Amino acid sequence: MIGNFPFAVCMILIALGLWTLLTRRNLIKLAIGITLIESGVNLFLVTLGYVRGGVAPIYTYAPPGARMVLPTPQALTLTSIVIGLATTALMLAFAVVIYRHRGTLDAGKIRELKG
Amino acid sequence: MTIGIHVPILAIAVPLLGAFALPIFAKVHRNLRDLWAILVAAFTCAMVVALAVQVFTSGIQLYTLGAASPTATVVQGGFPIRIVLVVDGMSAFMGLITALVGLASLMYAFQFLKEEQGKTLAMTLFFLLWAGMLGMEYTGDMFNFVFLEVTSIAACALVGYRTWESRPPEAAFKAMAMYTVGGLLVLLAVGILYGEYGALNIAYLSSKISGTPLDKVALGLLLGGLLMKAGTVPAHMWAPDAYGEAPAQAAIVLVANTQASLYGLFRVLFTLYGGALSTPAVGWLVTALGTLTLLVAALMAVIQTDLGRLIAYGAVSQIGYMLLGVGVGLTVISSRPDFGLVAMKGGIFHMMNDAATVGLLFLAAGVVKRACGTKDLRALGGLGHDLKWTSGFFFLGALALAGIPPLNGFASKFLIYESSFRLSPILTAIAVLGSILLLAVFVRAFQGVFLGPRLRTVQPAPLGMLIAMGVLAAIILAFGLVPDFFVRHMVTPAAEALWRGRDLYLAAVLGG
Repeated sequence: MIGNFPFAVCMILIALGLWTLLTRRNLIKLAIGITLIESGVNLFLVTLGYVRGGVAPIYTYAPPGARMVLPTPQALTLTSIVIGLATTALMLAFAVVIYRHRGTLDAGKIRELKG
Repeated sequence: MTIGIHVPILAIAVPLLGAFALPIFAKVHRNLRDLWAILVAAFTCAMVVALAVQVFTSGIQLYTLGAASPTATVVQGGFPIRIVLVVDGMSAFMGLITALVGLASLMYAFQFLKEEQGKTLAMTLFFLLWAGMLGMEYTGDMFNFVFLEVTSIAACALVGYRTWESRPPEAAFKAMAMYTVGGLLVLLAVGILYGEYGALNIAYLSSKISGTPLDKVALGLLLGGLLMKAGTVPAHMWAPDAYGEAPAQAAIVLVANTQASLYGLFRVLFTLYGGALSTPAVGWLVTALGTLTLLVAALMAVIQTDLGRLIAYGAVSQIGYMLLGVGVGLTVISSRPDFGLVAMKGGIFHMMNDAATVGLLFLAAGVVKRACGTKDLRALGGLGHDLKWTSGFFFLGALALAGIPPLNGFASKFLIYESSFRLSPILTAIAVLGSILLLAVFVRAFQGVFLGPRLRTVQPAPLGMLIAMGVLAAIILAFGLVPDFFVRHMVTPAAEALWRGRDLYLAAVLGG
């Protein structure tokens, strides 16, 4: 069976995102890195709630006696996706504004603030 | 059905409603918007204060969302499945800090912000941030990462909304990246804990956590994420940028936001992991990080040439003092000698003092920026001739930040020195060194900005801004002159809620 394989995939996604954050200097790519981490975490949450052979956790529609997947992680994930949308949109908006001021997206070149 | 039992949720829901209704009222008329803002702020502060009085007189307050009665936290079978708000001494204390800072910020904002520079937007974001902070402080559920993210988004938007300048968006992007990664680490930890124990309720999790390897991974992630958001060394790089570039009325709320993250950290360490942390290793880690933060930030403050960034480094160093105080308490919690509680009181008292002093300094710097259009120390001088009140407030704030008696900074730092000395004199030496550096830095800044010959004639600060600064100055004086009174009635219940309160917290939520 697949065992812990889904968890490994989530961790790989998160590690890739962190790697992107540490090695890339382009603001858009930084935003992509954060989105990767976010996807990893969201997948992790959904995976947690999975019950083998479970059906959708809608009480009134599930056949009697059927096992349901856990609804809480799905609620968590949904919230997380919505928040992720807001943060990504805000970061990209800032990236656009920074590009308009400086004409570059290179985080190394726009360091006006340091020290 | 009285309004009394719904106080905890109202304190969060009202500013949230206030935030989203504000732009609608602004469309109708500016005065209506201002009236609405005042009403919402007054109501929120009244709720927070009423709640604090209830907690300090009659113990932990519970509120269960969606239950028939607010105290029905547990469904049949003893399993807490609903979302609960749990307000103990520490939460109530943090709520008071947040309310105070929010009130000062709003009073200041009315005359500080210009209509054509997004005043409505800034006020909307402010209320959103306020609701998020109160939510983080009152929640009894690990699901509170939602409020963590609410504060992240609102705080970064507040830092960077002035898109016509080139520096704020850069600071906001940096802060956003750090906040988001920190928030995701926290969420990952929440996921791990849920996967292990199948619940999100802090009290229930606390009763189950036993210190398995996965628990330790989750603790590491929580520590990392919350410390990133609190802006401690080595993850402090965003903090001076964000504090320095945010407009003054937002910078002071950011200070409270940082403290809300610290509150989250303390809640995790003392309540969530209170039963599983038997070794002092984590306590030493927090102590070491605190000491490092206060020293590095004080050293960095020495070389700053921008008034905003200088105060920002001062603010970061104060975070170090709080971590030092609470870290000393955590280190000795299993053996429980009496100086541990003193250290905790010092660290927690310092949160309130930091909010007032650093807030006052940021507000004074905002007046300087408004009058001269710059915060560059090399271009400023002689402002004391025109800004008499502001220079007085800045001087008061500077002395309080450096911990000069009889001001409030001394009252709390003395508790920290006294108790950290019992653990290791080196900690005290470094903490005192940090204070001396800060004194030198701020006296130099005061002298450079306010003293000397008059370089230009500026307009004095309007009355509303002076009143906002006056409120914080009054707090500084009051807490400095009669610290015993405040320590006994506010700080001690807060410190004891963390120090010994875990059992009470669990009993209140899980019903004994």
